[in-house]
Amino acid sequence: MVSLSVENSLHHTPLVDEHIALGAKMVGFGGWNMPLQYESILAEWEYNRKSVSIFDCSHMGEFIIKGDALASGLDRIVTQSIVDMPVNTCRYGAMLNNQGGIIDDLIVYRRGHQDWMIVVNASNIEKNANHFRAHLTDQASFEDVSFKTAKLDLQGPYSRDVLKVLVPGIEKLSYYTFEQFQILGIPVLISRTGYTGELGYEIYCPWEKCKEIWKSILKNATVKPTGLGVRDVLRVEMCYSLYGHELDEMISPLEAGLEKFIDLKKSFMGASALQQQTPQRAIGYLISTSRKSPRAGNKLFDVSGREIGVVTSGTFSPGLNVGIGIGFINRHSVETGASLLFGDEKSKVAATIVKRPFYKNGTLKA
Amino acid sequence: MEIEENFLYTKEHEWVSIEDNIATMGISDYAQEALGDVTYVELPEEETEVEQFEQFVSVESVKAASDIYSPMGGKVIEINRKLEDTPALINKDCYGKGWIAKIEVRDMDESTNLMSAEEYRNYLDSLH
Repeated sequence: MVSLSVENSLHHTPLVDEHIALGAKMVGFGGWNMPLQYESILAEWEYNRKSVSIFDCSHMGEFIIKGDALASGLDRIVTQSIVDMPVNTCRYGAMLNNQGGIIDDLIVYRRGHQDWMIVVNASNIEKNANHFRAHLTDQASFEDVSFKTAKLDLQGPYSRDVLKVLVPGIEKLSYYTFEQFQILGIPVLISRTGYTGELGYEIYCPWEKCKEIWKSILKNATVKPTGLGVRDVLRVEMCYSLYGHELDEMISPLEAGLEKFIDLKKSFMGASALQQQTPQRAIGYLISTSRKSPRAGNKLFDVSGREIGVVTSGTFSPGLNVGIGIGFINRHSVETGASLLFGDEKSKVAATIVKRPFYKNGTLKA
Repeated sequence: MEIEENFLYTKEHEWVSIEDNIATMGISDYAQEALGDVTYVELPEEETEVEQFEQFVSVESVKAASDIYSPMGGKVIEINRKLEDTPALINKDCYGKGWIAKIEVRDMDESTNLMSAEEYRNYLDSLH
């Protein structure tokens, strides 16, 4: 009965009935009832990397902020530089607490000179909204549109071919840019972004029109629905961080490898804490010597058996046919090509530290 | 959910088929379905002595690792080496080509701790 009440307390995207009708295994994720998989993770991996797949990402949060970049306080809240962003571009970054810990990672969309959309993780919507409300100035307007805005991610090497039939002009959209379009006469914002490493688009649409758009895209038999299970495999193959694993309020962005998404020349919340930090550990990417995969929570050891870190994400990689993982490792032990072991005191498996990404054949920028 | 009629089952969803004193074991259709695509099977060494319900195998799917327990106590006399290269046999044919290990049974009476196909069917129903 406990599990029943938990299930009832989960939020539903506009597509929950569609997922169930398609035979999806449903799972609670970040407070939402989401499809884990429809068919199998390996089959869905093939659809994404070799063809086209669609994800329901309506659980993610969207905020609309209006105001001048500096006067609104937005520039002080996020780590990335935003004053120099051209309209219709996106930029990845984060927001930090005063200790320099990561409140969330996010993407800023510049919709107009003084018009911004911030996209955040589902599990952090309320916390983030409170943070913005507390720290934006009276020169800003803030609206949490998370429950009005649905999001569909169309990803895969043929995603452009599929989308151009429904959205004339989509071909001109370059990586990390966006525009307003229409699908079936419905106004949508489409950005050329994603979380899979493949060519792809994120389609932001009105909550109540989402089902119509989902169905019209799935009419094309090339497109297969894919769930959060494979989404996690795809992002680990690309070495993309996930909040709650590689990022959280106790982790410094300097440890998490986010340096290039931080503009140290500007003043922002958490900046002074970062200046005083000397990170003792760094994010590392490890590839198993076998099909046995590192798993979140596994310990990491050097070849002499000394504990040097912890695994934060791990999975079997269909692209490499071995286990892969992400973890935090003592700074001086993180060296590309170095051997290490993952597991526990009783059982350890050999692995090697490699450069990101694991999967190098992605069509992301095609 | 397929259940092999003449096999015995554990609450952890292992199956066992006992002929003479040799128990062949694997995981049930319910278990392979719940795990999803199997990507790695960590097999025990042959000659290993195991107790009934002792963990002795680990099956990994893309996203998780699961412990597998021996349905009967005894000595592991054969392991399914085909699983090393084709772990997906567990998904394709869990009651046949996807068998995991053969155990020389020490005490036949231990089989009374297992469920019949009908009892296992009722048990699965009770889980939902």
